[in-house]
Amino acid sequence: MNRYLLPLAGFLVLVGFLAFGLKLDPREVPSPLIDKPAPAFSAALLSQPDKRVTRDDLIGKAWVLNVWASWCAPCREEHPLWVAYAQRSPVPIYGLNYKDKPLAASAWLQQLGNPYAESLTDPDGRIGIDYGVYGVPETFVIDKQGVVRLKHTGPVTPEVLRDKIDPLLKKLNG
Amino acid sequence: MIPELGHLCLFFALAVALAQGVLPLVGAQRNQAGWMVLARPLAQWQALFIALAFVLLAASFVRNDFSVLYVTNNSNSALPLEYRLAAVWGGHEGSLLLWVLMLNIWTVAVARFSSRLPLPFAARILAVMGLVSVGFLLFMLLTSNPFDRMIPAAADGRDLNPLLQDPGMVIHPPMLYMGYVGFSVAFAFAIAALLGGNLDAAWARWTRPWTTAAWVFLTFGIGLGSWWAYNELGWGGWWFWDPVENASFMPWLAGTALIHSLAVSEKRGGFKVWTVWLAIMAFSLSLLGTFLVRSGVLSSVHAFATDPKRGLFILAFLVIVIGSSLALFAWRAPKVGLGQRFGLFSRESLLLVNNMMLAVACGAVLLGTLYPLLLDALGMGKISVGPPYFDSVFALLMAPLVLVMGIGPLTRWKHDEIGPLLKRLSPALVIALVAALGVGAWAGRISLMTTGGLLMAFWIVATLGVDLKARLLPAGGSFKQVGHRAGQMPLALWGMLAAHLGVAAFAFGVAMVKTYETERDVKMGPGDSTEIAGYRFKMTGLRSVPGPNYQAAQGRIEVSHGDTPVATLYPEKRIYRVQSNPMTEAAVDSNLLRDLYISMGEQLPSGEWIVRVQYKPFIVWIWGGCLMMMAGGVLAMSDRRYRVKSKVKQAATTAAPTPEAAA
Repeated sequence: MNRYLLPLAGFLVLVGFLAFGLKLDPREVPSPLIDKPAPAFSAALLSQPDKRVTRDDLIGKAWVLNVWASWCAPCREEHPLWVAYAQRSPVPIYGLNYKDKPLAASAWLQQLGNPYAESLTDPDGRIGIDYGVYGVPETFVIDKQGVVRLKHTGPVTPEVLRDKIDPLLKKLNG
Repeated sequence: MIPELGHLCLFFALAVALAQGVLPLVGAQRNQAGWMVLARPLAQWQALFIALAFVLLAASFVRNDFSVLYVTNNSNSALPLEYRLAAVWGGHEGSLLLWVLMLNIWTVAVARFSSRLPLPFAARILAVMGLVSVGFLLFMLLTSNPFDRMIPAAADGRDLNPLLQDPGMVIHPPMLYMGYVGFSVAFAFAIAALLGGNLDAAWARWTRPWTTAAWVFLTFGIGLGSWWAYNELGWGGWWFWDPVENASFMPWLAGTALIHSLAVSEKRGGFKVWTVWLAIMAFSLSLLGTFLVRSGVLSSVHAFATDPKRGLFILAFLVIVIGSSLALFAWRAPKVGLGQRFGLFSRESLLLVNNMMLAVACGAVLLGTLYPLLLDALGMGKISVGPPYFDSVFALLMAPLVLVMGIGPLTRWKHDEIGPLLKRLSPALVIALVAALGVGAWAGRISLMTTGGLLMAFWIVATLGVDLKARLLPAGGSFKQVGHRAGQMPLALWGMLAAHLGVAAFAFGVAMVKTYETERDVKMGPGDSTEIAGYRFKMTGLRSVPGPNYQAAQGRIEVSHGDTPVATLYPEKRIYRVQSNPMTEAAVDSNLLRDLYISMGEQLPSGEWIVRVQYKPFIVWIWGGCLMMMAGGVLAMSDRRYRVKSKVKQAATTAAPTPEAAA
């Protein structure tokens, strides 16, 4: 065999991997929380700062936790999807308003629409730490027993919502 | 109207580039001079259209035309003019246009300075560059048009990424792209030579200055990027082994190997197959870098907004360009033949070691960069490969490289005796050892890694000394002749000395910083102070400073050493209004011996700030080393043998005369 063909052969193998790599999402890091109980929290509501919600209050129905902030540009990108989804789905979406100022956050919701059943506030990012939030937006699906079933990092796309999140929620709600 | 004109210019450029890529190539195969001479004027027309498109895009930025999607995404009316201009290449689409512009600048330069080349050879070179341009123009027009309109227009833009609002960032991408794209010249020379069968010493001599020029730009671009990251990212690191940094470092390593192997090809007619392969590799790695940055297959701080269509396009482009060049290589290389034989111990054999080490280092970086992707593709889990891998692999590979770097220049071509050479080198070894241990003792701590690094640096310096002494003051020579002899030394030789000295300065800087840097994170409010490495940092003020498009919290920190005041530094934490993300603006007091680096972290509820102070000994030597390497490259390029009109023996295939008038 012609040894000068080796570079070409090596290159073609590399191309195979690169082509495959195009279909993968490098930012998709498996969360250690999957199939574990969602970490407990007690958070003040954005709409009523004197009222608090805890993890256990939400047990009994499947729900979505969407981490967002008014300073987060990609959140703006996914937000219309959530607004639309909230209108056609009975599943409650809870926002986690992450390291944000209440005024800016409320103004943001007023301007872009509010898909959230409630927005929990996490001004110093403490809840975010428990949930392993390292980029905003992030989305969690939590089932009736309070177990984390899915985590999506980065803005959701129509495909992710249609092919992953929505089917899972339908399944969880039987 | 302006964006539409720009869009139209791109279409014209594509049409011209197609003609430039096909006609001269066919002409060269059929030996039709009439088609070959078209290459130069077509190259100039293409460059004209691209330059126009670039100016028109810049005009849209200057005019704040927010009906252009790309302008809206990367600019804002409050953005200062100089950054509005830099924003032209601040995003994916515009940086592609910059890439094509650079390619055209190189092409026009080749067209201008190739009048001495045989016509078919020059025609093939320009055609290959035209074809590369076709690929990038298609990419832009099909997936990434910077002139896309957004109707209705936005009221204002989303602003340039604050990270890019820095003078270093204004010139970093153009320099880097000049380097990346510059390797397309060596690539085109290699392809043209493979097609025409004229791989000879003359080919190597023509290729050398172009390769060196591209390498100088790439060195500058990478060095600048590192310096920018150090100043702008706010935590004092200067190299992160991020996939995108690696993407620029791999062509640099291949280019460095190419420069050295070209020397053998020119002087001894050897390594020809290897040289051609490296020329193809250097550019292929540049293209691979483009793919990695713009396709989203790797996660990186540099990654552009991604679109799967783009990734697929570049991958297809990679397959066509690299695949066809490697196929051509496999077909033609067996006929190239070997150069002159050389002994087991000779300058050739040492340069071979140099090339092997650089190629292996390049492979190691490639492996580390793609490893997460490979594992993920094989379903073996998600990992990331970080600095520990790269640092240790690199240190191990650099040691033998530096060893031969000291010996090589003292060794004769073809064959040399080891014994006498060792005798000449033994003082250098002693000096290097003593100096390395001495510096360690002076700094207060001797460790294996540091001593290794310092030994490398001093070994290069000491062997350079031995080399220079032999050249300037040979046995029996007199002191009076030193100046004369120095004047007689060719610039290329000075260039090599300067570049190698740059490597020494770089190694010295890295060894010192890695070992002796100290840092401390402290809580600070006005009146608080802290101390590291004998320097006292006292915060004497904290105020709010408005910028054109940001609001900054600015600390005032007085630094003193004993009782002597050293500097007053003003680190900032900026919030950019539009994107509203915080940016750390570090304050640095820098001199040849050390940097004092202060950055502001988070503000505490109490109003105090987490402040990080760092002491970084000799860190500027890292970038100083890069500058010296560049200076070496510039000297080597200016050697008079590249300027002298030499009668070049033309290969059999180059029957046509060189028409100077065509240029």
